[in-house]
Amino acid sequence: MPLLTLANHLTDYPTPKNLNYWWTFGGILTFCLITQIVTGLTLAMHYIAHADMAFESVEHIMRDVNYGWLIRYIHANGASMFFLAVYIHIFRSLFYGSYKAPREIIWIIGIIIYLLMMAAAFMGYVLPWGQMSFWGATVITNLFSAIPLVGEGIVTWLWGGYSVDNPTLTRFFTLHYLIPFLILGLVVLHIWALHVPGNNNPIGIDIKKPSKDTVPFHPYIVIKDGFALLMFMIVFAFFVFYAPNILGHADNYIEANPMVTPAHIVPEWYLLPFYAILRSVPDKLLGVVAMLSAILILAVLPWLDTSKIRSAVFRPLYKQFYWILVADVLILGYVGAMPAEGLYLLIARVATAYYFLHFLVILPVLGFKEKTLPVPLSITEPVLGGSPNLAAARNKESKIE
Amino acid sequence: MKNLFKLFSIIILIITSNSNSFAAEKVEYIKTDWSFKGLFGKFDRASLQRGYQVYTEVCASCHSMKYLSYRNLAEPGGPEFSEAQAKAIAASFEVTDGPNSDGEMFTRPGKLSDKFVMPYDNVKAAQAANGGAYPPDMSVLVKARGGGVDYIYSLLQGYEEAPSNVSLDDGVYYNKYMYGNKIRMAAPLSDGLVEYGDGTNATVEQMSKDVTTFLMWSAEPHLESRHQMGFKAIVYLIILTVLVYFSMKRIWSRVESEV
Repeated sequence: MPLLTLANHLTDYPTPKNLNYWWTFGGILTFCLITQIVTGLTLAMHYIAHADMAFESVEHIMRDVNYGWLIRYIHANGASMFFLAVYIHIFRSLFYGSYKAPREIIWIIGIIIYLLMMAAAFMGYVLPWGQMSFWGATVITNLFSAIPLVGEGIVTWLWGGYSVDNPTLTRFFTLHYLIPFLILGLVVLHIWALHVPGNNNPIGIDIKKPSKDTVPFHPYIVIKDGFALLMFMIVFAFFVFYAPNILGHADNYIEANPMVTPAHIVPEWYLLPFYAILRSVPDKLLGVVAMLSAILILAVLPWLDTSKIRSAVFRPLYKQFYWILVADVLILGYVGAMPAEGLYLLIARVATAYYFLHFLVILPVLGFKEKTLPVPLSITEPVLGGSPNLAAARNKESKIE
Repeated sequence: MKNLFKLFSIIILIITSNSNSFAAEKVEYIKTDWSFKGLFGKFDRASLQRGYQVYTEVCASCHSMKYLSYRNLAEPGGPEFSEAQAKAIAASFEVTDGPNSDGEMFTRPGKLSDKFVMPYDNVKAAQAANGGAYPPDMSVLVKARGGGVDYIYSLLQGYEEAPSNVSLDDGVYYNKYMYGNKIRMAAPLSDGLVEYGDGTNATVEQMSKDVTTFLMWSAEPHLESRHQMGFKAIVYLIILTVLVYFSMKRIWSRVESEV
């Protein structure tokens, strides 16, 4: 059944014809996932998951394996590209209200995929067994020690010993290998669930399908997704071939050394906003709770947003708050990379507070207070008897495009 | 197309916000033209060979390069010594091998397949010989330092008299590019320290540049093929993107909505 859905997805699945380029990231993400799995399988053939040999085996891949450097750089930068695409995908959903009824299930599956991606990326970063691998693993696993009573026990259990060491590395490798296939399964469910209500669209209204408002997936969306994917691949290729280490941290080319702590321990860029939230709370346990809540709050977003209107195109106030949220997350990412002290810490605290304020207060209240613009009846047919509202709506739409 | 512009600006924002974070220490490194930078960047072969000479005559007495083999010296994209030269270089080192049929370890001249011989048997021995400081392995050193080649190049030339308000312990030296300005390595280079076979004047600046180039190669031995392949890949992608763009326009012209 899901497989039939997938086959259908690539052929005559009726798709709203007004989808813009922000809708091409679903296809791009599928490409990213497959790229990561294929390059990852190849790397696993040469990688040795042992604390004494992991770093050396990565150098072996970089030097002696035919095109090993290419495969590894694609895999390492592929993770960054994957997150870049997923953040655009998530923020597209936030802008156009794609998470709202009847698409809550798709959204929640998406959040689970995102969580698994973070787990996979974190464990993957540990595998080269460089300094950042080791100390990143130490910091993140130590978070569990904040759990009252059983915390310390859980950390020992995660490590398979009394510090991050070989048992930690081997289990991280195993899980890093497993998770992508869980993600793959969830992606199938994600697409399957999408087929029940069909795509949302920039106007955010329900459409009859198939109708004049839709086009068959093939060839219309296939070619458009293909074009966007190629643009994306150009950016990807630039990183792989000309700046393969710019997104990584230099310290990870120093072999892990439990006796030397790096000056600044920072995660990869895509985890920085959450790292900033974690560090902005003075209490360890509450910091962990805040960090987890920042992600899990997204899962209940369909019920926090009380507005009946999906697309921000017709929500003038929400649109402004949306861009403030985008800026807020970028700021969190920036301070996440900075030392947690002085002004940076203050900014991190304000930005963290605003992040939760957005979801817990602004969104629910906005649904009741906001005066929304009139929404057209369909994508093709003008609105409410062709009133000037259409022109307004069109204007709004072209602005965001 | 406006969308795409927005997308690129977001990408650029993310990159810049990220790379800023690594430029925390504000020291201006000494700039020089690196032949291996840019779209078509290639190593300067002569500089690599000179750099190897500096490494082996100066650095190698303390710094290992454990991920390199002597065969790498003859491989394309590297210093490209001839195979005979690389064999001769390898043979000039004593390598411990074994055990033989009597169960004894023995030494023999190095072969192309051998890894670079290490100056010390282990980390502890290296520390003992260097007043407690471990001279880091140089194989990927350039990639393991935030400033990369510019940092190494500057560090080698950054030794000065310590300012009067800085007191240095025995065996500690002042270097204006070192993190914290205190370094356990004495200035390794001085004018005329090595005698270049090709007659190049061995100034500190020249040696710094040559050995840094060599270190860049040792950290990224496939840099040249990466640049060549990257150019082809990106040109191919751009052509394909243009073709797909026009087919997309054509296909979408069947429906009135604009792409």
